[in-house]
Amino acid sequence: MAPLLSVENLSVSFDTDDGVVHAVDGVSFQLEAGAVLGVVGESGSGKSVSSLTLLGLTRSARTTVTGRASFDGEDLLAAPEERLRRLRGNDVAMIFQDPLSALHPFYRVGAQLSEAVLAHRDVSKQEARDRAVEMLGLVGIADAKRRLDSYPHELSGGTRQRVMIAMALMNDPKLLIADEPTTALDVTVQAQILELLARLRDELGMAMVIVTHDLGVVASIADEVAVMYAGRIVERASTETIFDAPEHPYTWGLLGSMPRLDALDGADLVPIPGRPPSLIARPGGCHFHPRCPYVREAHKVVDPELVAVEDDPAHAVRCLLPSATRRRVWQELRAGVAPERARTDVIEAEEGER
Amino acid sequence: MTAYIVRRLAWIVVLLALVSALTFVVFYVVPSTDPAQLRAGRNPSPDLVESIRHTYGLDKSKPAQYADFLERAVLHGDLGYSYGHDEPVRQLIFDRLPATIYLTLGAVIVWLAVAIPVGLISAIRRHSIFDRLAMGIALLAISAPVYWLGLVCLYLFSKDIGQFPIFLGSGTYVPPTTDFGTFFGSMIMPWFVLAASFAAFYARLLRSNVLEVMSEDYIRTARAKGVRERIVIRRHVMRSAMTPLVTVLGLDIGVLLGGAILAETVFNIPGIGRLSYEAIQNGDLPVIQGTVLLGAFFIVFLNLVVDIVYAYLDPRIRYS
Repeated sequence: MAPLLSVENLSVSFDTDDGVVHAVDGVSFQLEAGAVLGVVGESGSGKSVSSLTLLGLTRSARTTVTGRASFDGEDLLAAPEERLRRLRGNDVAMIFQDPLSALHPFYRVGAQLSEAVLAHRDVSKQEARDRAVEMLGLVGIADAKRRLDSYPHELSGGTRQRVMIAMALMNDPKLLIADEPTTALDVTVQAQILELLARLRDELGMAMVIVTHDLGVVASIADEVAVMYAGRIVERASTETIFDAPEHPYTWGLLGSMPRLDALDGADLVPIPGRPPSLIARPGGCHFHPRCPYVREAHKVVDPELVAVEDDPAHAVRCLLPSATRRRVWQELRAGVAPERARTDVIEAEEGER
Repeated sequence: MTAYIVRRLAWIVVLLALVSALTFVVFYVVPSTDPAQLRAGRNPSPDLVESIRHTYGLDKSKPAQYADFLERAVLHGDLGYSYGHDEPVRQLIFDRLPATIYLTLGAVIVWLAVAIPVGLISAIRRHSIFDRLAMGIALLAISAPVYWLGLVCLYLFSKDIGQFPIFLGSGTYVPPTTDFGTFFGSMIMPWFVLAASFAAFYARLLRSNVLEVMSEDYIRTARAKGVRERIVIRRHVMRSAMTPLVTVLGLDIGVLLGGAILAETVFNIPGIGRLSYEAIQNGDLPVIQGTVLLGAFFIVFLNLVVDIVYAYLDPRIRYS
């Protein structure tokens, strides 16, 4: 069976006054119906732009999009605007980071929810409102009927995000794209929203793309994870593999900078040094090389490809280090060794073998 | 809300009292002309001047004069008697107010009818030729003073002195109840001349509001819902982009109702603006006092109206 969503070699660049911003550069992934993909990366890694582009929301005279993307057999990049509009909010729905700014401040929740149905279906206003009540109930909002008359600013952050999710569900989408769905929320509320998303995945069998900078978010819900850096996927694997046997130094960095309850005693959080690169003038060679603790001279020149690792075709890495070296370093890091130390250890070991 | 409005109305009274006191000080206590001298004709005898002074009550002490004014104004709604027009000030204002209201409302309709489509299209087609041209013209229109633009238009288009005699010229105003056709014809140039700089300013304001709103997250949400672009603009963008315009519009109407002095003078329209201009020239102190109070009243009152309308338009605002 063909996958629900298939993206091949997607590139998006924006022509700005400061130069051409290469926001997304050759991204490929596939998503089966009912599966959940986590897209992880820092801000500016192109993760949001990829999903917005799929729905045609980045289209403009100064945007260049190349590659291929198909949803349910339909070409997304070549589709006329009207066709995409019919897809948006209907077959593919989106929720966003900050539910307060993502809801119109001047309209009541009920009107904003109904609008989603009325944009796609020929139903009466009353039917649309009934559907809104039903969906608000589904996402766990008590007293749904009364909430229809609330304005967004009268609701709590968690409730607002539930409203956004209810809005996304109004037309039974096959795919939900959640762009940083928990980032603007309190930690306790974050957990509730993730639980809700997991429940909806199970109950509705809806496929999801969850875009986040937080590996913790994808850990509980995603089947597969794509790690993005500077507009590219640098590592892609099952969620289990990403946490147990990651092979890209950037993924190691993300894991090392993530607080974990099951961390070894005395294991410190290790931030990734430096800042994400400018997408106008990206570093030559491997884009991650200026921040990579394991960088070698050649990596500053040679541009790595995303290559599947030997024994796991579902696991692909964009790194110039030999696979054996990467696995060694990860073993060290996993044991709580600092990156600098791991680097020297591995170099010594490799020299010893020669 | 009711309590809020009552409080604001009380404030209006306080403000008007302050304005009247200030006007009194400026024109009565430190006057530029002696109204009695002005009325007495050439080489008047001191007795004549003194008797005029007595008739106008100018021989009383300044505080007593102000107290008199307040007493009449507050108890009887009487703003005094014009020195020059031989009529009560209140009557003068009531006679002149309609012309100012017609001028203002007509101009408001013109400038909104121009500014809203121009601002919106400029924003949606940003950097297009239309946008550049419209914003360029807007800059010119903002920079052109009403009296200059008015005189140029009269020179070009008025039926009496114009190079292309199309519209009725200066001084042709008649009340619409007398002859609506003549009224309308005589107001076309004043409406457009008065509206020009406002239209330009509003178009630029709306353009920048629309651009700002278009980048809001909730507009992206509306698009992500699959709402048609036409409806996104009309229902989501315009609703937010127009709301700040309401504030400015209310205040501008308030200012103009107090008298569009330049436009009324250039086109010789017998409104509040001309009335106050003549009163200042003739040292007609009660009329000055009256028109200043009227202007102040419109400004503070429309301020209140704007605040109430705003609370209605933006549900996030609640007064208590």
